[in-house]
Amino acid sequence: MHNSEGLKLENKNDNSGVEVLKQRYEVSADDFASAGAASAAVKKTLKQLGFSPDFIRRTSIAMYEGEINMVIHGGGGVAEVGISENQVTITLTDEGPGIADINLAMKEGFSTASDTVREMGFGAGMGLPNIKKQSDNLSLISEVGKGTTLVITIAT
Amino acid sequence: MESITHSVTLDAEKCKGCINCIKRCPTEAIRVRNGKAVIMNDHCIDCGECIRVCPHNAKKAISDPISMIDNYKYKIALPAPSLYGQFKSIRDVNVILTALVNIGFDSIFEVALAAQNVSDHTKDILPEARALLSGPTISSACPVVVKLICVRYPELLENVLKTIAPVELAAIAAREKAVREKGLKPEEIGVFFISPCPAKITASKYRIGYDGVVIDGILSMREIFVKLLPIVDKIKEPMKLSVAGARGIKWSFSGGEGSAIDESLFVAVDGIDNVIRVLDEVENDKLSSVRFVELNACPGGCVGGCLSVENPFVARARIQRMGLNLSEENDTNTIDENYLDPEILYWQKTPESGYPFLIDADRSTAIRKLADIESLFETLPGIDCGSCGAPSCHALAEDIINGTALESDCVFKLRERMSTLFREITELQEYMPPPFREQGRGQMINDK
Ligand SMILES: Nc1ncnc2c1ncn2[C@@H]1O[C@H](COP(=O)(O)OP(=O)(O)OP(=O)(O)O)[C@@H](O)[C@H]1O
Ligand code: SF4
Ligand code: SF4
Ligand SMILES: [Mg+2]
Repeated sequence: MHNSEGLKLENKNDNSGVEVLKQRYEVSADDFASAGAASAAVKKTLKQLGFSPDFIRRTSIAMYEGEINMVIHGGGGVAEVGISENQVTITLTDEGPGIADINLAMKEGFSTASDTVREMGFGAGMGLPNIKKQSDNLSLISEVGKGTTLVITIAT
Repeated sequence: MESITHSVTLDAEKCKGCINCIKRCPTEAIRVRNGKAVIMNDHCIDCGECIRVCPHNAKKAISDPISMIDNYKYKIALPAPSLYGQFKSIRDVNVILTALVNIGFDSIFEVALAAQNVSDHTKDILPEARALLSGPTISSACPVVVKLICVRYPELLENVLKTIAPVELAAIAAREKAVREKGLKPEEIGVFFISPCPAKITASKYRIGYDGVVIDGILSMREIFVKLLPIVDKIKEPMKLSVAGARGIKWSFSGGEGSAIDESLFVAVDGIDNVIRVLDEVENDKLSSVRFVELNACPGGCVGGCLSVENPFVARARIQRMGLNLSEENDTNTIDENYLDPEILYWQKTPESGYPFLIDADRSTAIRKLADIESLFETLPGIDCGSCGAPSCHALAEDIINGTALESDCVFKLRERMSTLFREITELQEYMPPPFREQGRGQMINDK
């Protein structure tokens, strides 16, 4: 279960002085069996820290969708999670194919998932829109051939 | 207030302090302290896994002694339908019910009959419950599941079907029936449940969704089995006592409840690990297409309860066969409405949920503690050997930061410290003046 590479307590550099608990997870490509492991671990942590059920639900849905996207589309990557008293920031970075048209990718129902992936129940084109719905702030930076970075912020 | 709200306990004499149970417990509720297993009350969900796994029979469920029935003028037995599957040669439910009369009960009230009422009621309320929910409705029939949800998935409590447990409904109706038909005072009547599991023992004493108690004593199925076994074969002309149909008795195995409510899209899941997996999925919104989830903590359902005797697969097959022998009309039998107040079908209060795994009530303290736990965890060997008495290195790290364990409880840490100590002693020895006696002999300790 503890596939985290350790949590670190750091002071954020944004001079707010807020303490942030950092978690880092490797997410490997096409590993459907353990896809969702990182968001599950984060969920456990949030429960231990006493976040509200609704906050935990939003966070884990958003992170799960992002994690799955890295597995299916991004060729695997790294999930970094920063937890502070009233906010969670999830940074998902991959060095996969990137997204050509971000606006299109954000549209409900848009998907480039293969038939095999669809047969597994993914590929409805609802992941990114759902992340947007659950989060308070979303930044998606992507360059074709370089990779994709998704930063999801959820506040209590 | 009574603080122990579970029925699984330790027989300290038999406990060898081996680590089988701490590893098996789904809520990490057990630690070995001073050579004996200790169960943490607020973590235990009465699943009975530790009873099943203990090689020394040191874990047991606290049930009431059968002699307790003598305290009452009129004794009623409420057999759980899983009892029906325990006897090799018996195909007729009436034989088992008659045997219960022969060992001293004045009347029998089948829990399976009450299960038919609950099935009807569930059928009625399910559409409405579903309309208000995202995700499936979750059965509340297994108290382990409800307790697990309370401690680990409190947000899923709203998905739980808030209906009375069949055994409680049976108890209320049985007492009422005896009062009216026999002219007895309620307190002269003793209502006894024959339970397949510790969780139902606990739930009878600390009711889920209700205050007060409606069952006077809870007997272990294992103990009753031993009483019944020598007599069942001798019963040639059983009394006609069975009223429940196949629909009620199949609540005893996984899938029975879901099919009894004619729910087309339901999943039935049994075994505590599978239950946890499914609840994780419900929590992650992955099962929204399913309408009803029937969850049983025991393998195979209640036939696999840790107080049952027979292998659950065999017991299931027998109960299914018995069901075929019951008349179809029995399926429509229900408890006479005169004995029931419809109000009691719904939970009257929400069970307490709480997250015993919470690190600290103050979040910034919790964040700091968790960081400490994680950095400590990194220094532990990570092989989850259990020698420290905690189920995993991570659990030990949590215990140490919470002040309930010491770093030196880890044998590897202890070894590290000992070798440091030895090194220091050896170093110190260099500076030690030679002892007088040896000096007198003209010999120094470090002389080669
Ligand atoms: N990390 C990524 N790397 C490359 N492409 C991505 C990545 N994430 C998303 N995409 C692209 O954006 C599209 C839309 O993503 P979205 O998560 O909304 O839907 P989906 O993953 O295709 O289906 P669903 O999430 O409903 O299973 C994807 O089909 C894919 O083309
Ligand atoms: S009954 Fe279950 S939850 Fe309770 S201590 Fe035993 S294994 Fe753990
Ligand atoms: S499945 Fe049945 S026997 Fe097992 S714990 Fe749940 S209610 Fe008890
Ligand atoms: Mg997606």
